[in-house]
Amino acid sequence: MTTIRLVDIAGVIRSKNAGPFELTLDIMVGDPVWYQRLRQSEVLSPARIAALYGIAESDVLSIVAFDPASAIKITLKRPLASGAVGDADVYGAQQHAPLLELSFEVLDD
Amino acid sequence: MTRAAPLDELRILSPTAILGYGFPEASFAAGLARDPHVIAVDAGSSDPGPYYLGAGEPFTDRAAVKRDLRLMLRAGRARNIPVIVGSAGGCGARPHLDLTVAIVREIAAEEGLSFRLAVIPADIDRDALLAAQARGALVPLPPGPEATADDVRASTHLVAQMGAEPLVAALAAGADVIVAGRAYDPAVFAALPLLHGFDAGLAVHLGKILECAAIAAVPGSGGDCMLGTLRRDHFLVEPLAPERRCTVVSVAAHTLYEKSDPYRLPGPGGVLDLTATTFAQEDDRTVRVAGSRMLTRPYTLKIEGAASVGFRTVSIAGVRDPSFIAQVDTILDAARARVAANFAGTLAPESWRLLFRLYGRDGVMGTSEPLRTIATPHELGLIIEAVADTQAIADTIVSFARATLLHLGYPGRIATAGNLAFPYSPSDFHAGAVYRFSVYHLLTGIDDPCALFPIKLEEVGARAVALAPGEQS
Repeated sequence: MTTIRLVDIAGVIRSKNAGPFELTLDIMVGDPVWYQRLRQSEVLSPARIAALYGIAESDVLSIVAFDPASAIKITLKRPLASGAVGDADVYGAQQHAPLLELSFEVLDD
Repeated sequence: MTRAAPLDELRILSPTAILGYGFPEASFAAGLARDPHVIAVDAGSSDPGPYYLGAGEPFTDRAAVKRDLRLMLRAGRARNIPVIVGSAGGCGARPHLDLTVAIVREIAAEEGLSFRLAVIPADIDRDALLAAQARGALVPLPPGPEATADDVRASTHLVAQMGAEPLVAALAAGADVIVAGRAYDPAVFAALPLLHGFDAGLAVHLGKILECAAIAAVPGSGGDCMLGTLRRDHFLVEPLAPERRCTVVSVAAHTLYEKSDPYRLPGPGGVLDLTATTFAQEDDRTVRVAGSRMLTRPYTLKIEGAASVGFRTVSIAGVRDPSFIAQVDTILDAARARVAANFAGTLAPESWRLLFRLYGRDGVMGTSEPLRTIATPHELGLIIEAVADTQAIADTIVSFARATLLHLGYPGRIATAGNLAFPYSPSDFHAGAVYRFSVYHLLTGIDDPCALFPIKLEEVGARAVALAPGEQS
């Protein structure tokens, strides 16, 4: 078994607002083979994402695989609306970092 | 000009992702050399937060906007092709529109340009919106909240994102330059294609890509030009700077940008369905896209509003003492309690809020930060922030909290001369008026997509005497 981190296989891992109430996370794997392995690993489950971000599972609004870009998109409910008093990231552009170290196991060839 | 009817190809030049973000003149010239049919730019975004809509201020710089617009207007008039600006001034409310139109007039006078100008405001009448809210026609966009009459009343500006229809109407009326208020981002790019009967799914999908200019290229840039070539059954996108390329992945990936569902992108009057979309490499630098479809839906308009929540004062400080850092939560709690106790008799508790932000621990992610209880930093950045009913109360709270924290005693304190390092004198800053998004809802039951967006046409410069038959559109 080999441990693979998302940052090892994805060329782009980013976060951004999708409107004032949602935060959307994109993981663009690039290599279709690794993209399929990531999907099969089920590491990007609502429970795992909720635990990673310290939020309720019901606030993980969707996890969608987008084959044309070999990408996975995760949408979360923002804890606070963009720019609300107490919000720390108005654009939502720096909420991706916990994903970088997220890892899954693959069988060695 | 290659403008024989019916057109089998339309070329659309998108100079920059946001009017005022700039673009290299060489890229723009390369785009013009391709003989575009229209130059269009999206000037808006809700990303910079509620302040700019609430205050009626642009989030781009006036001189930078004027520089971009000057190049676009010169080129548009020289080639007799339309120039379209959507979501003028960033948020597209009346003050933003007026500012952009004033810049357009300045440029016209300075450059001796004449043209037919269409100005399309996107402000929504408050009473009409209250009536819509009362009859249940202002519906939430989950996970956003329900609309309330109080929120509509409290909003300083209320705008609707217009679809392409008012822009199509302005083009049909012979507009050479269109300055539109808040608009659905792809609308400025889709308007001319829709006027000429191109497929709406392809036109809007192309608009979704062009609205961010060269962000969909590699290397991506929001400050460089992109050309879209729309044909009857597909479109091509290519960047205009030689060092950039569009790849299947870069263009497909852009479909994900700032959207929650990459397959179904809702807009006014329909859902852009990308389930059957194909992306293919046309040449080294160009991607061909086909199969995007528009599924017609009952017409809705997205309404945006922002309301005042008070005034903000901040103070910025650093902490280097390890004992303070180890106890920082209890120290901040003690300071908070001291502030509350000191003003309990003079300031209403609901008239102010005090916040502490700790950079180096969880300043970026708050309670979502996985490392907040694991890592021990050697220094912390501290922002002391108050949001209050008046600037004076915010000043009072920050000033008192700052002085309290500077000299607060705590167990094991060794550095008894002061707890905080201030980078500036004065240490406290006015951040001014604070707003919140108060309305972000769908207005349903729209019978006429143009009814709420009155088009004002006028001749700028000497155009009034020069308008010839057949010159329209």
